Amino acid sequence: MEAETMQEDRLNDLIRQSLDQPVIATTSANVEGQEKATDERELLYNFAFIDEDSKREIRRKLLKAVALPGHLVPFASRDLPIARGWGTGGLQVTMSLVEPRDILKVIDQGDDDSVNAVNLRRLVEKTTGISFTTDTTQASLVQTRHRVPEEPMRADQILVLQVPMADALRAVEPVVERATEMHAEADYGRMWVYMYESVVRSGDVEISSQYPVLVENRYVMDTSPIPRYDVPRLDQAETLYLFGAGREKRVYAIPPYTTVVPLQFEDYPFKTEHNAAQRCERCGSNDTFLTHVFVDPKGPEAQGRWMYLCSDTSFCQKRVQARELSETMEK
Amino acid sequence: MAYVAVKGGTKAVLNAEQLVDYFRLKGGSEPISVRQIQDQMRLAVDRAMGEGAIYAPELAALALKQSEGDALEASFLLRAYRSTIARVDYSLPTEGVRMRTLRRISATFKDIPGGQMLGPTRDYNLRLLNTLLRTESSESAQERLAEIEKLIEEVPDEVQIFPKVIESMRAQGILAEPPAQDRAEADAEPYDITRRALTFPAPRSARLQVLSQADAGSLMTFAYSSVRGYGDVHPTLGELRYGYLPIEVAHPLTGEPVEIGEILATECEMVSRVEAAEDEQDAAQKREATPPKFGLGYGFGFGHCEVKVMSMSMLDRVLSVAKENSGHGAQGPASNEEFVLLHTDGIEASGFTAHYKLPHYVTFQANISVLERSREHQVAQFAATVEQRQQAESKLQDLLKTAASNEGEE
Repeated sequence: MEAETMQEDRLNDLIRQSLDQPVIATTSANVEGQEKATDERELLYNFAFIDEDSKREIRRKLLKAVALPGHLVPFASRDLPIARGWGTGGLQVTMSLVEPRDILKVIDQGDDDSVNAVNLRRLVEKTTGISFTTDTTQASLVQTRHRVPEEPMRADQILVLQVPMADALRAVEPVVERATEMHAEADYGRMWVYMYESVVRSGDVEISSQYPVLVENRYVMDTSPIPRYDVPRLDQAETLYLFGAGREKRVYAIPPYTTVVPLQFEDYPFKTEHNAAQRCERCGSNDTFLTHVFVDPKGPEAQGRWMYLCSDTSFCQKRVQARELSETMEK
Repeated sequence: MAYVAVKGGTKAVLNAEQLVDYFRLKGGSEPISVRQIQDQMRLAVDRAMGEGAIYAPELAALALKQSEGDALEASFLLRAYRSTIARVDYSLPTEGVRMRTLRRISATFKDIPGGQMLGPTRDYNLRLLNTLLRTESSESAQERLAEIEKLIEEVPDEVQIFPKVIESMRAQGILAEPPAQDRAEADAEPYDITRRALTFPAPRSARLQVLSQADAGSLMTFAYSSVRGYGDVHPTLGELRYGYLPIEVAHPLTGEPVEIGEILATECEMVSRVEAAEDEQDAAQKREATPPKFGLGYGFGFGHCEVKVMSMSMLDRVLSVAKENSGHGAQGPASNEEFVLLHTDGIEASGFTAHYKLPHYVTFQANISVLERSREHQVAQFAATVEQRQQAESKLQDLLKTAASNEGEE
C-alpha cells in the first residue's frame, strides 16, 4: 500500500513537472524557416497525447468524412488539457494524423505567434517532439483557426481547421436531431429564407464569416469562422481540408478537387471583404486578407496609429524579405 | 519596429504562467497541503471528482490546490488527466443496496425498513457563522475530535446494509415498470459517452452518464425550473443515501467477481406520478392494463453531493416522461433532452464561454465589412425615403399652387 502511494506520488510529481516546466523551443514569425525537432518529448504520455486506439477511431471517422465531402461525422471527442472551444477538435485531428517526421505549422488568425497558437504548439511539441515551421510551404500539416494561409497549399499537405459550431444550419435550426434530418433530406429551404430575409433587411447577405457553402451540390457546410476572403480557396483546391469540432464532437472534410460553392443569389452574388484600394503597410500587398491594427509609437514623440496589415504574418514577412533582397541586388 | 503589435505571444504565455503562481503564493501564508484539502475541503473535492468524472480524491485535492479552489478549473484538470489513462476494464454493475450507508433518508414514509439515518448533514444546522473556527488550532481540533469520538457509540460489527425504499414500493405494486424502450436499452450494453458522440434521442444510460458528470449548478437550475413552474413533475424523495459502495470487476481468468475497493457516493431515487397518455382511448386501454403508478427518477454522483443527485433524479424523471410521450420540450426547458444534455456539462460550457477571450480580430474585421455594407444600405435607403418625401411635398406644393391660382382665376 505504502509503495503504491509512493508510486502514485512519483507519477503525480512527473505530471506536475511536465505541466509546470514546459520545454519551449522559440517559435516566432521572425525566425526563418524550419526548426529542428527538439527530441524532448514527454515520455509520460503517449506520442501525440491521445492513445493509439482513440487516434485510430478519429482517423476512421476522417476517412468517412473524406468519402462524404461536407457531411458531419460524429466522433467520440476526447478531453484534452486544452479547454473546450479553444481548438480541441482541430487538435484531435492533428494529433491523430501526426507522425514523427511531420513538420507542423500552427496559426491563429493567420499569426504563428498568437497566444493560442503558441499554446497549442506547446502541447504538440511536448507530446511529440516533432519539428515546427512558420513557413506554409515547408509544413506537411497546418493547423489553423479562422484563416486559410495565403500561399496555396499542395496535394502533399493537409490543412486542419478548428471549428466552433460545426453545423451551418445552427442559425436556423438549433436542435441537432432536426438539423441532422434536414441534412439527410437536403432540406435547405429555411437556410435560403434566412439569407433572403437578410438581403431584405440589410441590402445584402449579412453573413460576415463562417459563410455557408454547398459542397459537391449535396451538403450545406459550415466553413468555420474564416473570412469570406478565404472561402473561394476551398473550391477545387489541391490540398485536403479537415475540419474538427471538439465540443460539438464532429469532423468533416473537403477532399482535393471538390466543388465548393458559397450560397448566393443570382442578383446578390457572394462577395469577399477584399478592397483593392487597401494595402498592407508593411509588405505593400493588396492581394491578401488585411486586419486593422493599432501600432504603438516607435519613440516618445511619435504617435501610435491604426494601420492595415496582413493577417498571415509569415507570408507578409516573406514578401518583406523578398523585397529587401531585390533592393540589395539592385544596388 | 512597427510590427510589435502582433509579436511576443510565446513570452506572454510563459510570463502569465509565472504570474498565476505568484498570485497563489504572494499572501505569504503557510502553503496548504494537498492532504489538508482532501480532509477539510471534502465537498469541494467531491464536486471536482464528480464533474471531472474520475474517482481520485488525492488528485482532486491536488487539482483544487493548483486551481486556487476554482471548482470548474479543478474538474477540467481531472477530466484532461482522465483521458490519458488507459481503459483497463469496465467494472461490474453495482447496486446501491450494497452501500455501507453513512446517511439515508426518505421523504415518502415516516419510517422505512432499516430506519431513517440522518448522518453527517448540514440540513438542520442554523446557518450562523462559527467564529470559533477563526482561531482553530491543531490542539483545539484534536480536543474537539476526541470530544466527538467519545459520543460515538461502538460501531456495529455487521455492515450497515439497508434495503432500498423503492423496493418496498415495488413490492406494494405502486411503482411503474420502466417503459419497454427503456427496458430494451437497459438490456443492451450501456452507451459509453467517452467513446461515442452523443446522438439524439439518447438512450437512458447515456443520459445518466451525462447528468452524473454535469455541472452541479446547471443541473440545479434546470431541475428547479421544472418543479417551480416550467414543468408538471411533482417529485417526492423516495430515498437519498450516502456511503461506501463496493466496486467489483470480473476476474480476467476465472470471470468471478472480485471486489477492488469502495468508493464514497451519493445515490437518490425520486418518484412522481406517471402521467396518463394524452390520447384518451390509448389511456383507457392502458388504464385497464396498468393501474396508475409512480415513476422513478435516478441520481448518482461521486462523493457527497446531495443537491446534485436530487437535481439529476428529477431531470431523469422529467426526461423519461418527455421521451415516453415523445414530447421533448413540451413541459418546459427541462423536459427538452437535447437542451439539457448539451448545455449542462461544466467543462464544455465554461470552455466555450471563455473562448471568446481568444483573439477574434479576423472575424471581427469581416464583421466590420458587413456592418459598413449594411450602414451604406441604410444610408441609401434613408436618402431614397427623404427624396421621395421631398418629391411628394413639392408635388403637393405644386398642386396647392395650381389650386390657389385656379381659385384666383374664378
